[in-house]
Amino acid sequence: MSGSIDLDGTLRQIIILYPQLIEIVGLSLRVTLTAVAIATIIGFAIGGILAVSRFPGSSALIAIMNALMGLPPVIAGLVVYLMLSASGPIGVLQLLYTPTAMIIAQTLLVLPIVTTLTCRTCQDLLEEYREQLHSLGASSAAIVQTLLWDGRYRLVTPVLAGIGRAIAEVGAVMIVGGNIDHVTRTMTTAIALETSKGNLTLAIALGIILLVIALAINVVLMWMGKLPSHFANA
Amino acid sequence: MLDKLGTPLPDSSGLSSVRLLPLELRNLSLDIGGRGLIEGVDLYLEDPSLTVIMGPNGAGKSLLLRLMHGLIAPTGGAILWAGVPINAQIRRHQAMVFQKPVLLRRTALANITHALWLRGVPRGRRIPRATQALQLAGLMQHAFTHARVLSGGEQQRLCLARALSLDPDILFLDEPTASLDPASTLAIERLLIEAHHHGTKVILVTHDVGQARRLAHEIIFMHHGRVVEHQPALRFFQQPESIAGRAFIAGDLVL
Repeated sequence: MSGSIDLDGTLRQIIILYPQLIEIVGLSLRVTLTAVAIATIIGFAIGGILAVSRFPGSSALIAIMNALMGLPPVIAGLVVYLMLSASGPIGVLQLLYTPTAMIIAQTLLVLPIVTTLTCRTCQDLLEEYREQLHSLGASSAAIVQTLLWDGRYRLVTPVLAGIGRAIAEVGAVMIVGGNIDHVTRTMTTAIALETSKGNLTLAIALGIILLVIALAINVVLMWMGKLPSHFANA
Repeated sequence: MLDKLGTPLPDSSGLSSVRLLPLELRNLSLDIGGRGLIEGVDLYLEDPSLTVIMGPNGAGKSLLLRLMHGLIAPTGGAILWAGVPINAQIRRHQAMVFQKPVLLRRTALANITHALWLRGVPRGRRIPRATQALQLAGLMQHAFTHARVLSGGEQQRLCLARALSLDPDILFLDEPTASLDPASTLAIERLLIEAHHHGTKVILVTHDVGQARRLAHEIIFMHHGRVVEHQPALRFFQQPESIAGRAFIAGDLVL
């Protein structure tokens, strides 16, 4: 295939490749959503605690999380690879080149984003609530709980930002997943592979699906920003 | 036990009553960045009368209130509630309403049940008590309205209802009607008088002389971080002892 792309042929191929496509998209979504779910639970807790309490190293932790928001996926992949490889500290679990390894790597990528954005949201709210909550005698745990619940509309943003980052990255899943057919092949690794093989049909089909998902996330993000301001931001 | 809302209530908070008065401030001071914001304040409040703290802006009224409630710690001196420095147990018997209403992003009812939850009121008793407080404040029709879409006056009434639902022995208010219209101010003042009748000690900060005349039994007049006068309201308004106090009542600009 050179230059132009035969759309009709593309469509036909997509139908033929449908089962494979479904498998790849399914795995991508499973890995990303699981990673984001784990990162959300941990990130909400850490972000809330960092916003509320001062302890030795808490500002350092905030700074580190902030910096790690821009962590290159290949670095996250490399770190997880080193940990999971046969000679690594948890090599015995034999997780390398499994979806679990990809989930771990993506959790590492998403966690700083969720934590940092959650922390900022909670800090903003606490600024406003602090005296009232102290007057009511709230414990630190109760304050974290209150802030997370009252920030619920705004906390959709870090979750969606996390999904956006995880679903689109290729470096980390490639390194720790290995792009093994039927096992660890995701949309991004498949696109990379098929493009390098010159099989643009599958690459384009996957690219379109990936684009639609990324677009949908952004639409939801924009829509969240337009929620009635007294609910979301007031 | 009679609760402050005027109806018999079992000891729902599970707290034994604690004697808080007299409140004693000994040589209290607050220094921030080398500036003495509160300087050498000595006060003794022993009876449950309605106390109004007055003075021009920057006199230290709000700071004094926050010091009493334990929201900020003094840099010198002591605050004693019946001889005891403020602690969590003492603060549980107090409540405070701020100048700008602080409401959670929840319904009016949920704002009150949340406060009751923080104070350890058992789950089953929260909604009845919150409902009672909303009724008292005339906000029952807004129980399920998002608190932050209420008008300014309603928001402040809700804050007061929340404070009263806690059944406080001491109620602090920091210029609660500063930005409210006369009707809303009247509603707040009525609630305050009612609460006071049911045994709550009210300590109110205002720079509204009219409000002080309407409500106060005793006046604490502050100027430049010091307590200049502490008098029964009648005497203060008839013959204030300080120059600043005289000027303030007369409506002159006190600098």
